[in-house]
Amino acid sequence: MTDLRPMVEVKGARKSFGALQVLKGIDLSVDRGQIVAIIGPSGSGKSTLLRSINHLETLNAGEVWLDGELVNQPLKGRAFERHINAVRQQMGMVFQHFNLFPHLSVLDNITMGPIVLKGTSKRDARGLAEELLGKVGLAEKIDEFPSRLSGGQKQRVAIARALAMQPKVMLFDEATSALDPELVDEVNAVMRQLAAEHMTMLIVTHEMRFAGEVADRVLFMDGGVVVEEGVPQDMFRAPQHERTRTFLRKYLAA
Amino acid sequence: MQGLDFSVVLPYSGILWMGVWWTVVLTVSSAVVSFIFGIVFAVTLLYAPKIVTYPVRSFIWLFMGTPLLLQLFLIYYGLVQIGIDIPALAAGIIGLGLHFAVYNADILRAGIVAVDPGQAEGARSIGFSRLQTLRYVVVPQAVRNTAPPIGSNMIALLKESSLVSVIGIAELVHAAQLGISETFRPFEFYLTAAALYYILNLVLEAGLRRVERKVEVSR
Amino acid sequence: MDLALMQRVFPFFLEAALVTIQISALALGLGLVVAALAASAKLSRSAPLRMIGTVYVSVWRGTPCLIQLFILYFGGPQIGINLEPFAAGVIGLGMNIGAYMAESIRGAVLAVDRGQAEAARTIGFGRLDTMRRVILPQAARLMIRPLGVNAVALVKGSALVSTISVIEMTYTAQRFIGSTYKPFEIFAVAALLYMIIVYAVARTVDLIDKRYEIV
Repeated sequence: MTDLRPMVEVKGARKSFGALQVLKGIDLSVDRGQIVAIIGPSGSGKSTLLRSINHLETLNAGEVWLDGELVNQPLKGRAFERHINAVRQQMGMVFQHFNLFPHLSVLDNITMGPIVLKGTSKRDARGLAEELLGKVGLAEKIDEFPSRLSGGQKQRVAIARALAMQPKVMLFDEATSALDPELVDEVNAVMRQLAAEHMTMLIVTHEMRFAGEVADRVLFMDGGVVVEEGVPQDMFRAPQHERTRTFLRKYLAA
Repeated sequence: MQGLDFSVVLPYSGILWMGVWWTVVLTVSSAVVSFIFGIVFAVTLLYAPKIVTYPVRSFIWLFMGTPLLLQLFLIYYGLVQIGIDIPALAAGIIGLGLHFAVYNADILRAGIVAVDPGQAEGARSIGFSRLQTLRYVVVPQAVRNTAPPIGSNMIALLKESSLVSVIGIAELVHAAQLGISETFRPFEFYLTAAALYYILNLVLEAGLRRVERKVEVSR
Repeated sequence: MDLALMQRVFPFFLEAALVTIQISALALGLGLVVAALAASAKLSRSAPLRMIGTVYVSVWRGTPCLIQLFILYFGGPQIGINLEPFAAGVIGLGMNIGAYMAESIRGAVLAVDRGQAEAARTIGFGRLDTMRRVILPQAARLMIRPLGVNAVALVKGSALVSTISVIEMTYTAQRFIGSTYKPFEIFAVAALLYMIIVYAVARTVDLIDKRYEIV
């Protein structure tokens, strides 16, 4: 029996930084196992949207739902803190600049969440870390510190860290934008593998080719609104809007 | 002039070693106190409500603006007066510990602010609470990044620990004074004590360099 | 709080504060001279001079100032040095802070970009002229703040001379605590005066630093 409720739902999301309106009413729905890529020029609001889903940004208006639970509940203080910490445990977030913890080994980066937040035993957590590192191809780096890893390796560890919480959805915020070109593929390979396992994913990216390859659906954002969305084939071959066409021409040519 | 004769020190070597031992105990305990309170003060100043930060801020201001020696008198005689009769050693540890906590707090506060905001976001995105984020991610990194200046504070602490001799703690200076009171040879005894401090200082510096090197990978 | 007591002892503390200021100022002057010499020695091309500078700075920074004062004041007579408490205080504090200030000066000189010296040398300046006309003017700006920190530490450190019976503020405080058994009141008076001096010095350093700010 498949659950037909969407995994992630955003309704009427609005967000401003001072006078600058970054999100001007965004609606978005991601089904279980679906992969949605969000593309658009810098400043289009795509990162802000993703960060709002994880509540790293607080929306001025609108709702975010995760698996039938309201993320931005109108709670105050401690009650909200408790709620949001529980919700965040169900979402994995991968950042452009990795945000690995430099003071912890690769192992501890991955196991700290499960041990502290879920009460997983050290032994079980280590087993989990070994399994996840095997999956991202870094089993031999388990005792290294982040400062000794390449950018691509750091990002793969960051993905393993997020996966260790067994999230319902993975959010990728320009996960390969800070990497040297030759390191992009190793990270993309891991994301491809997650796609094959039907992980629900939201991917903010600059890489059109990769988006077209893994995404079930592509959203084009510009100026704080979703200009156009559709399956990658249609979107890339026959974009409906002029703005989408201009943007894609620039990027696909590159 | 009576001429110098360092052999007068020899019969007192046992007492001087005890002095060294107590100086080490005093330095280590005060260092721990100064470190813990340094973190507490720093976190309080940054995150606590105003009603809490205000007294902490005044305390820091007061302790930064007055000499350690005066603070030791206040703690030693003051506590007795308000009915808390603690041994001199405890008063010394509290005095030295709080004095250096104030300086550590200043360094750690800057260190905490300097931790990349992405680190807190990384922790929060996994589901860590504010306090857990501070405890497991931000503070450990701030401590690593500020290891060199905190280390210099610890070196200063070793030397300043000599001040507690004035409230009668039997550390190195006090041990030397014991020898002087029987032999009337201050030059030999104080110079010996100085040499012992110098050695302790070298050992501590070497230890801190090792810690810094170790910490370097995990920054 | 026994305000009457505080009022009664205040004049004594004012007088003592003057001693604290005098001894700090004199020690600061001596310290700067010692520091300039020690820093020059450490930066010198001559190996023996470098050695002397290094040993001086290391020993004076590596041992407690309290013991340095004791050796000078109590041990001095054994080697024919008989000093009044005040003079011993000035010399002891000055020699001690001089070692710390030497490092502040040396650090500032080393912080001036190496390219500056190279540029001066290519024009044809000698070592001394390069130092005097190019490096030092830039280093002077960089050493204001660290030397200021040293000066503030010196004011607080001057409390140590109470142990060799210089009648300054901490000595006065200790005496009054002993005779009145009112440590809080006495501390409050002494702390007030210390903080006025300490924060005045800190503020002066700020002003000097601002005055010579390079954009």
